[in-house]
Amino acid sequence: MVSAAFGFLLLTGFVFAIVNGTMADVNAALFQSMGQSIDLALSLAGVLIFWTGIMKTAEASGMVKALAGTVQPLLRRLFPEIPEGHPVFGYIASNMAANFFGLGNAATPIGLKAMRELKKLNEEKETASRSMITFMALNTAAVTLIPTTVIAISLKHGAENPSDIILPALVATVCSSVFAVLLDRYFAWKRSRR
Amino acid sequence: MAVWLVPAIVAAVIAIGLYKKVNVYETLTDGAKEGMHTWVSIVPHLVMMMAAVAVFRSSGAAQWIAGWISPFTSMLGIPPDVVPIAMIRPISGSATLAMLDQIMQEHGPDSYPAKLAAVMQGSTDTTLYVLAIYFGAAGIKKTGDALKIGLLADGAAFLFSVLAVTWLL
Repeated sequence: MVSAAFGFLLLTGFVFAIVNGTMADVNAALFQSMGQSIDLALSLAGVLIFWTGIMKTAEASGMVKALAGTVQPLLRRLFPEIPEGHPVFGYIASNMAANFFGLGNAATPIGLKAMRELKKLNEEKETASRSMITFMALNTAAVTLIPTTVIAISLKHGAENPSDIILPALVATVCSSVFAVLLDRYFAWKRSRR
Repeated sequence: MAVWLVPAIVAAVIAIGLYKKVNVYETLTDGAKEGMHTWVSIVPHLVMMMAAVAVFRSSGAAQWIAGWISPFTSMLGIPPDVVPIAMIRPISGSATLAMLDQIMQEHGPDSYPAKLAAVMQGSTDTTLYVLAIYFGAAGIKKTGDALKIGLLADGAAFLFSVLAVTWLL
């Protein structure tokens, strides 16, 4: 599926470059992206390495497990396949909390850790488990309390009340998260019938 | 708030670790090593995905497709200028921020297109990147229905944004 998306972007891009006569731009953008992706990767490296260290320490002192115990009653219904009291509940909750408070930098390393734990639970298989798909559905729906970058841009343009988008954005993202969970349930049910 | 939140979390983790007699420095560096492995496994995904996104964006394909579907999206209450944002959002966050900037420049930051675009940007995430990086880090080859769910949820978020901006602003 990711291959299909990748192929779609690349091939439609080239076809439109021929139609629009923008092949020179496309060529330039392609080579530029290679440098940009490494810049992005490097800017991510320090954060990733630091936060994974913090998470490992939190795990060693039992904090992750304590958090897992607290949020388990809530998350249990969404992730019925995760065994009771497993620390991955703590990672999932930390990731969601970090996203909610707009700490995107901290959220990614924690989320990646959660994903690897979920893979261990799935006997190291290379196919996404149901829990992984549910986790991704919640994660990409992106529930955020305050969309800071957007507010910063409104502020730059002199908006009268830049923070008035907080409520509508929160409502939209909560609704779409609920929708994502329902979709996830529907597709899981469809898979199980096959 | 974030200015206080991160230091508080880091301080709490270290303090509780020391109190519980954990060898804090060792777990930090051990975890850091694990973080490096994760990083190595996501870099190929970043490079490849960003290449495809760059080709798609620079070809002007999104603007063409947006032009074709704008009669339908106008019926849903999405102005033509906002349609490309909805299309690019799942593949590139920085690109849509630039587009949002432009819409605010053209229509003013308090106009309906600007508010709608802002709410759309704030209520969704770059689905394709998130999936590529998360599944890449875990070494998952078959991603099941994850992309379908993510993109459909993004579509829903755009429609909910229209409703939310119309009713709540």
